[in-house]
Amino acid sequence: MNWEVVIGLEIHTQLSTKSKLFSGAAVGFGAEPNTQTTLVDLGMPGALPVFNKEALRMAVMFGHAINAEIGMSSVFARKNYFYPDLPKGYQTSQMDHPIVGKGYLDVMLEDGTTSRVGITRAHLEEDAGKSLHEDFQGMTGIDLNRSSTPLLEIVSEPDIRSAKEAVAYVKMIHSIVTYLGICDGNMAEGSMRCDINLSLRPKGQKEYGTRTEIKNVNSFRFIEKAIYTEIERQADILEDGGRIIQETRLYDPEKNETRSMRSKEDANDYRYFPCPDLLPVVLTQEYVDGIKSTLPELPSQKAARFQSEHGLSEYDANVLSSSRAMADYFETANNVAKDAKLTANWVMGELSKLLNQEQLDIENSPVSAEAFGGLLVRVKDNTINGKTAKDVLQAMWNGEGSADAIIEAKGLKQVTDTGAIEAMIQTILDANAAQVEQYRAADEDKQKKMIGFFVGQVMKASQGKANPGLVNPILAKMLKGK
Amino acid sequence: MFEQSISTLAQQLRNKDISSVELTRLFLARIAKLDPQLNSYITVSEQRALEQAAAADTLLQNGNGTSLTGIPIAHKDLFCTEGTLTTCGSKMLNNFIPPYESTVTSRIQQAGAVMLGKTNMDEFAMGSSNENSFYGAVKNPWNLDMVPGGSSGGSAAAIAAGLAVAATGTDTGGSIRQPASFCGITGLKPTYGRVSRFGMIAYASSLDQGGPMAKSAEDCAHLMQAMAGFDEKDSTSADTPSEDYLANLNTPLTGLKIGLPKEYFGEGLDSQVADIIMAAVKEFEKLGATVKEISLPNLQLSIPSYYVIAPSEASSNLSRFDGVRFGHRCDDPKDLLDMYMRSRAEGFGTEVQKRIMVGTYALSEGYYDAYYLKAQKIRRLIKEDFVKALDEVDVIMGPVAPTTAFGLGSKTSDPVAMYLEDIYTLSVNLAGIPAMSVPAGFANGMPVGLQVMGNYFAEAKLLNVAHQYQQHTDWHIQTPTMAKGA
Repeated sequence: MNWEVVIGLEIHTQLSTKSKLFSGAAVGFGAEPNTQTTLVDLGMPGALPVFNKEALRMAVMFGHAINAEIGMSSVFARKNYFYPDLPKGYQTSQMDHPIVGKGYLDVMLEDGTTSRVGITRAHLEEDAGKSLHEDFQGMTGIDLNRSSTPLLEIVSEPDIRSAKEAVAYVKMIHSIVTYLGICDGNMAEGSMRCDINLSLRPKGQKEYGTRTEIKNVNSFRFIEKAIYTEIERQADILEDGGRIIQETRLYDPEKNETRSMRSKEDANDYRYFPCPDLLPVVLTQEYVDGIKSTLPELPSQKAARFQSEHGLSEYDANVLSSSRAMADYFETANNVAKDAKLTANWVMGELSKLLNQEQLDIENSPVSAEAFGGLLVRVKDNTINGKTAKDVLQAMWNGEGSADAIIEAKGLKQVTDTGAIEAMIQTILDANAAQVEQYRAADEDKQKKMIGFFVGQVMKASQGKANPGLVNPILAKMLKGK
Repeated sequence: MFEQSISTLAQQLRNKDISSVELTRLFLARIAKLDPQLNSYITVSEQRALEQAAAADTLLQNGNGTSLTGIPIAHKDLFCTEGTLTTCGSKMLNNFIPPYESTVTSRIQQAGAVMLGKTNMDEFAMGSSNENSFYGAVKNPWNLDMVPGGSSGGSAAAIAAGLAVAATGTDTGGSIRQPASFCGITGLKPTYGRVSRFGMIAYASSLDQGGPMAKSAEDCAHLMQAMAGFDEKDSTSADTPSEDYLANLNTPLTGLKIGLPKEYFGEGLDSQVADIIMAAVKEFEKLGATVKEISLPNLQLSIPSYYVIAPSEASSNLSRFDGVRFGHRCDDPKDLLDMYMRSRAEGFGTEVQKRIMVGTYALSEGYYDAYYLKAQKIRRLIKEDFVKALDEVDVIMGPVAPTTAFGLGSKTSDPVAMYLEDIYTLSVNLAGIPAMSVPAGFANGMPVGLQVMGNYFAEAKLLNVAHQYQQHTDWHIQTPTMAKGA
């Protein structure tokens, strides 16, 4: 059977507020357990929540960025369940009246097409704490540092039809929230986590199949793999005439499999009701419009500008605008280099390669955007050639100083004196008289292949400093014996 | 001395007729002598009281302080007090010493009052008789076989017996007004949001309201002066300045329009109580007020509505008592579920468990619309009834409870009869308006309270009305015989 996959995603985004959603405690990763807590986060009797207005501002920003309706009167509800790391016995979240209502995103796929993914809602909620099982033999430790950390839960419509589309969508959300500066986007530290709702149906069928929910997947790669794995699992069951059980599953990246966590039957009844400790959050149009005017340029707007202003290709513009840090790096470097195409190639090429090798984000690049631009200036004015530039970049990466300093110290200046190049070529031709004979005897096609040998010899003799743009025509001319 | 008002005592302290330490010792001695009969205190914080009294004396020496400076008072045991046991009347919290102070107790402390201790109460403020306390029932000082009312029964009994000059209470469905009525003292439930709930252990958050309990309206005004006002730590607290509650006490009542809701005088109301209320209303007419019959047509719906909303919120509020971080934990739990179940089964009393179950049921999927949502709709109707009525009249008067204090144990087996006790008080909490209980007479030797209800944030008006009445009557200065024995 030809199956169609139907995917809806819930993305939990940790907002980068300074303090928690309902208390003044600091939000931060890696602090000593239970040091970033107040009475509220600890669920002490008599403690009351006070809503963080910064989280509100961030949620409204996000709403604008996805073309959504903003909830002018949003309500916090209590989601009740027992768990040791849930100190109040309920999680304060939003149910009926979320802060961000219906919106959408146009997602660019790898084949260049665009697909619109509907966003049902995005609501604010507080995170729970953490249970620690290591270091506590036969017992469980509780760390409430994360308790009441603000999350924006972004719920999509079941509009996604492939793993690639799902990843593209999540990447786009990632890029938007980091552009807006409302989330650090650090998936490894749990700043973004994703729940995947997935079902299959025969192609052409209108009704959805029974879905499963895969909880807490925390990397782009795992999202893709979890979806492939779950599609395969569900397809196998359906092909065999079986039924899919509606349940919550976990993705295990080590075994690359999804595992059942709990079925619908033992799912909690969360007994949602409006939290009586918090008033409805009522917004004015001025407030909402005021936030709209503070929105930064978003990825799609930036990509369009990179094409029109810098003449970049659509592909390059999209890659460079996919993260704010990369876009900023590109623009800063280009301000120095004044050659957008060259800068784009080098940022996407050599720089990205080095960053990938060391698994560094561009904002942590040891070579600053300005310094990188300085290197490109020297490529552009032919002081060094591309090959030398790679070596200079490596030296810069190792902290040996600016491009100019390294070029000077290592004497890497390109030889552009035609007289010197001619002399060098003459020496090479004299030393390889036999090859010159063969060359001259060969036909034109063969000559094209043979010239590489002489270029190599010249570059070797010049220690890479000869300008290839000059070497090639002079060599060709001299080989012809004219 | 124990019968004096706050104003008089404040004057005597200022004149150095007595020191706060002497006054505090006098009350501590009375507690030691009389409280074994009453059981109105769970904790007597003698050392803290004497330290605070000494500090108050220093302030007074220098001519500083407020009218509360050096005055010995008590707090209901659901206000968290830093370093002092706070049990909420429950075994669940019988080892709980908060590392923080509630806004109410903190403000009263800042005003210089001396805390004698923490008063007994129905467990988690659930009850109308004070028989639901893990620390045993409180007795009514007017008759030790009678209940003092609940849930602030400890505070009411302590004041009536002269074991505290005044006290704090909380009122979720009548828990300040009904014990005030049963014990012959004056109690005010302020507008929801007028007094901060921070540090008050929650029963039903949308209904709970802390307020003053004292011998007179004037004394309540002294307490309100300190405890009322916006608190940034409570999102539901009213972000408007509170009034000067003492300034308007002597405004004449000429032209005051009193509404008498006909539903408050129907079936179930004890005829002697009815007569006392009507006599009190006559007294107001003598003071220049006019009376008008009004209607609160949805009154009878307030009990079912309350008994859905309050337990629903309670079931959620009480989830934090799970044995994980504080409070009672069962011995040797075999797993997590066992720990939750046994800690909660052992820690909570029957009435609390009953209400948690009711609330959990009412909020469950499939029942939410039929119960919780419906109850909220009724709540709106009740609120609209009051708003409409208070458009026509300045205050509404009626009984606080259908009867005087009943016998200990007489209603414990009949929960519905017990819940009906609150018919005249619950609707006020559902609407969020302020209301008082003012001593208005005696039936069968037991006190009867007149309920005075007013518009949102009209606390100053209510205190004025009650104070004027108390200038012309002496019901509020009657003292039970047992109190005179020490």
